[in-house]
Amino acid sequence: MDLQTLIYLFVGASFALYIGIAIWAKAGSTKDFYVAGGGVHPVANGMATAADWMSAASFISLAGIVSLLGRDGAAYLMGWTGGYVLLAMLLAPYLRKFGKFTVPDFVGDRYYSDFARTVAVICVIFVSFTYVAGQMRGVGVVFSRFLQVDVNTGVIIGMGIVFFYAVLGGMKGITYTQVAQYCVLIVAFVVPAVFLSLQVTGTFLPQFGLGGTIAFDFDNGVQTIQQGTYLLTALDQTFTDLGFSIPYTEGRAGVWNTFLLCVALMAGTAGLPHVIVRFFTVPKVRDARISAGWALLFISILYTSVPGVAAFARLNLIKNVQNNDYATWTAECTAEQEAAINAVRAEGGDAARMPCAGNWFATWEKGGLIGWMDKNGDGKIQFANGAAFAGKPTYTDATGQSGERMLSNAPTAAPAGQAIENELYVDRDIIVLANPEIARLPNWVIALIAAGGLAAALSTAAGLLLVISAAISHDLLGRVIFKDKETGKSKMSEANELMAARGAAVAAILVAGYLGINPPGFVAQVVAFAFGLAAASFFPVIINGIFDKRMNREGAIAGMLVGLIFTFTYIVLNVFVEKNGFIIADIKPTGIGTIGMILHFVVAYFVSRATAAPPQEIQQMVEDIRIPRGAGAAHAH
Amino acid sequence: MDAQKAQAYWKENITTIMQLLAVWFVVSYGCGILFVDLLDTIQIAGFKLGFWFAQQGSMYVFMILIFIYAKRMNAIDEKYDVTE
Repeated sequence: MDLQTLIYLFVGASFALYIGIAIWAKAGSTKDFYVAGGGVHPVANGMATAADWMSAASFISLAGIVSLLGRDGAAYLMGWTGGYVLLAMLLAPYLRKFGKFTVPDFVGDRYYSDFARTVAVICVIFVSFTYVAGQMRGVGVVFSRFLQVDVNTGVIIGMGIVFFYAVLGGMKGITYTQVAQYCVLIVAFVVPAVFLSLQVTGTFLPQFGLGGTIAFDFDNGVQTIQQGTYLLTALDQTFTDLGFSIPYTEGRAGVWNTFLLCVALMAGTAGLPHVIVRFFTVPKVRDARISAGWALLFISILYTSVPGVAAFARLNLIKNVQNNDYATWTAECTAEQEAAINAVRAEGGDAARMPCAGNWFATWEKGGLIGWMDKNGDGKIQFANGAAFAGKPTYTDATGQSGERMLSNAPTAAPAGQAIENELYVDRDIIVLANPEIARLPNWVIALIAAGGLAAALSTAAGLLLVISAAISHDLLGRVIFKDKETGKSKMSEANELMAARGAAVAAILVAGYLGINPPGFVAQVVAFAFGLAAASFFPVIINGIFDKRMNREGAIAGMLVGLIFTFTYIVLNVFVEKNGFIIADIKPTGIGTIGMILHFVVAYFVSRATAAPPQEIQQMVEDIRIPRGAGAAHAH
Repeated sequence: MDAQKAQAYWKENITTIMQLLAVWFVVSYGCGILFVDLLDTIQIAGFKLGFWFAQQGSMYVFMILIFIYAKRMNAIDEKYDVTE
């Protein structure tokens, strides 16, 4: 079967599965809609949490980031997994015992303040929308590359699917769909990773392959590195040969900023509302504890494969492009060439540098994610340290001598004394998507990646949309706007609130789709926002609410506002006003959430001690949260 | 449940969390960031030790820590008779 048919088949089958699950798990009550009735098995919840957590960024971009950053990529690997330790020990069991539906619920009730609740609602909506914009874009990219439709059509198809199961099924539909999506995405990530590990190192698991030896003689353009050299040693040597000042396995960002980034990502992970809400869906406190463990196990299957994939991709790319003739290598295959490649592969040989084996290169070049500028005019591709040209590629309509797309960018000169001049630009996001083609893996693997990328983006988008809809219908409408002043309860009936929740979900999907089609130019930068704000607001305010009985309304509100405003201002100044124009103490905007969090803790402590203690019934509530007995199911009010 | 017993339960809970978080900190921030260059002087098979902790080891330890925590908390819950 040809590639396109296989892709339609894999993507179509996975979509049919998700819709089938949505119909089976239709939500009948607000409890079903917000927390899946509170009856999800911890292992299933772990899988759903993993799918919810692993977004298009984890699936598509993470390996690219690690491949580019080398050892420094560890801040992302550790930050996005280590947060689960905090979540399991400091938040999940107590929030489950608290037993309401949302994070603003906890903030509003624990601090007996609708102002605090409203601040939390605004944060939830802001953080979740920044995240959703990236997901819808991811859906669009995968669609446009693999389904041959344009990005906008892709986004609209994605919206339609999410609409179906998020609006109908609510949390119940999402949870069981996410279990299926986890299975699709993990298979889609691990299968090519295993293929690559076998190809590059002869080791089955990428986790071990990373420390293995290369299975072939590797010509990096300066010297040939012998088969049997350790992969990481070969990469380090190649980096030195090609003029990179710091080898692959050494750090360049510095201890201070790596440390701050890692703390911000961990606290942000533990404080993200769409992750926290997953722990409201299990039946018991002990399930919440173990469920975080299962979630991390399922996440780590992907995350521990990433460093291997990143290193294999880096080595493969250099091996295949270095000094290869552009015109013959990237040409459309004739039947004879195809047969020649297959003959070499049938004997277990490496065909990746053969004529027409690099046709993928031209495909991605057409998509604008690869650029090649033949600076020395030899018709061959060279890759080395330094940018090939200034900025992102801008293409002219002309075609070059070898058939490449001509670029209008200004070429950059190689650093003095460097043997090879870099001619290549590769967008880091294509590492995972293009890997199977670079390594010439079977067509069904490529189809699988398309389905996996969509599963990753859709599962995260759905989880976020649900959190947004709950924040609007449950917290804002139910508990602030339509609050009965005397009883403190919502004046909306259960049926009305469910309808409002579905309406809010529809509105959220429309906004998300709009953001996907017209992405703000700064999607990548706003991720720092989501994590920084979660780390500076939700994480400390919940920790204080559980572990500090004396923490009161005044302290919590002061802490949240200081943490939020400080972090927000620092990011806006350094990202949007003037790039790195207002840096304090060498702190990058990505790590500023850590400082915001510390400020939050300090301010909250002093303000709470200077003002009256919280009322007796609130102190009693804190005592109660700390003890598992009597959790019962999550209830409304 | 009387207040004294609740306090003892909470204290034991905090001790458990602190012990496990100490390991969490040493492995991730210690081995993976602060002392990574020092550990990199030790090479085991194809890995420099610091690099291994940063990109592999810390994640395995995180997983193990949560499962140990869940198990120990269940035991403490039973000891103080606060299970659901």
